[in-house]
Amino acid sequence: MTALPQTTEKKLGLVIDLDTCVGCHACVINCKEWNTSNYGAPLSDMDAYGEKPVGTFLNRVHTYEVKQPGRTAQTVHFPKSCLHCEAAPCVTVCPTGASYKRVEDGIVLVNESDCIGCGLCAWACPYGAREMDRAEGVMKKCTLCVDRIYNDNIPEIDRIPACVRTCPAGARHFGDFADPDSHVSRLSAARGGMELMPEQATRPVNRYLPPRPKTDITGDGKIDLLAPYLDDLPTETGGFLGWLDKALERF
Amino acid sequence: MHPAPSVIIFTALSGLGFGLLFFLGFGFPEPRGWTAFGYFFVAYALGVGGLLASTLHLGNPQRAAKAFRQWRTSWLSREGVAAVATLLVMAVYAIGLIFFDHALPLFGWLGGLLALLTVFTTSKIYNQLKTVPRWNLPLTPVLFFAYALAGGALLAGQAMLAAVLLLLLSALQWAGWQLGDKAFANAGHSIETATGLGELGKVRQLEGPHSGTNYLLQELVHVVGRKHAQKLRLIAIVTLGLIPAALLLFLPVGQFVLLIALASHLIGLFISRWLFFAEAEHVVGLYYDLR
Repeated sequence: MTALPQTTEKKLGLVIDLDTCVGCHACVINCKEWNTSNYGAPLSDMDAYGEKPVGTFLNRVHTYEVKQPGRTAQTVHFPKSCLHCEAAPCVTVCPTGASYKRVEDGIVLVNESDCIGCGLCAWACPYGAREMDRAEGVMKKCTLCVDRIYNDNIPEIDRIPACVRTCPAGARHFGDFADPDSHVSRLSAARGGMELMPEQATRPVNRYLPPRPKTDITGDGKIDLLAPYLDDLPTETGGFLGWLDKALERF
Repeated sequence: MHPAPSVIIFTALSGLGFGLLFFLGFGFPEPRGWTAFGYFFVAYALGVGGLLASTLHLGNPQRAAKAFRQWRTSWLSREGVAAVATLLVMAVYAIGLIFFDHALPLFGWLGGLLALLTVFTTSKIYNQLKTVPRWNLPLTPVLFFAYALAGGALLAGQAMLAAVLLLLLSALQWAGWQLGDKAFANAGHSIETATGLGELGKVRQLEGPHSGTNYLLQELVHVVGRKHAQKLRLIAIVTLGLIPAALLLFLPVGQFVLLIALASHLIGLFISRWLFFAEAEHVVGLYYDLR
């Protein structure tokens, strides 16, 4: 049924720390590796070794530049996957009931044997979290590694999503947001965890931690460490070069 | 949004077909025998043809029947149910007119209303999407009605009514474009709200997440086709509304004039429906710094 549950027992999701992410794309690769060989249809690539390769991924890392006038620009690496929204618009538009949100843990999933590949759920998602698999004609999306987190056949340390398990920077955290004492809830509260595009009213579960402010090295016009030496630099050149400079200016 | 031929053909043709069914259902005209067969054949060919075209863009069309199940929540599902109900109810009415020279007005009225309901559900598939502000305007369903009724009246040979509706449609479509142009900005979306980084400064994409293209860019971020949008709008308005209305108002109405008016309307209809998709900006483009 594509009606959304009123409430879910758990709210499993991710905290993504934009201050810590180094943009290495390891989460993208490990996500692809795990999810191409486990739950559901493989994540296909088309023309993988050709001129125009295109493939299905459940996780993508953008890189942004953030700039305030008169300040040094800041680079922010920005991993983006399904946010497992509480008011998931992708679920209610589904005509077949293939898309659903689980009552027990809030994970949004696609039952691929019911998916007709109409693509309307991808149209309804503001975050670009859903991609149609070109080989299978079914919609693929993040499962929060539902086949890892409850999997008794793998070591306990691995029972977290593949992207979280592999992140070398510790920028990704997995937990239950319904529990105010969980480490993800506390982390999000302490660091001002934010929703993406809140004006879409999708009520995402995942939270993004904003980058910490950078030390401002240009605020007073001086670079503190080298400033004493730089002060002595002549502002005008004398001698032949000075004459040449002035002559060329006039010319 | 990617202006896929399958969805353009689907929305344009099925709108015309269900518009014609509305007029037939209410007895404008009420043909009998072979003439009735001709009218209903055209209406069903357009309606069913449009629906079949829409299945062409499915990844797994063999499971299309499953799409009738979620009518409680999904407008796409409701559209399928409404379309099939219309076609079934109107079939009873059509059989009465074609084979028994007898009108069953109750079936006609019910079928006519269901035809309008089908057009409404089609419009809601697009109108419901908050992710595409240009479609998420109250005018979208009004426009779908206007297209279906104007085109339906033209197909039904109701010349004077068609002329008035075509002029009304032209005005509404023009207003729709003007309102649509402001919709994205009015909705308050920006790369800053998309990334949540607005408090740190002005955001731009430094590097994309993938060197090639992907499904999202191919399906949702269509930027190339808008270059000639203003000219196409003008051509669309003239061909879909003004030329056919002028023909119907100023020339003695006959089969030939109706046919020319219809041909002109079809050209404009397809251009405007292409613009409907090509000009629609999806908010996911913000993540790619593309609109």
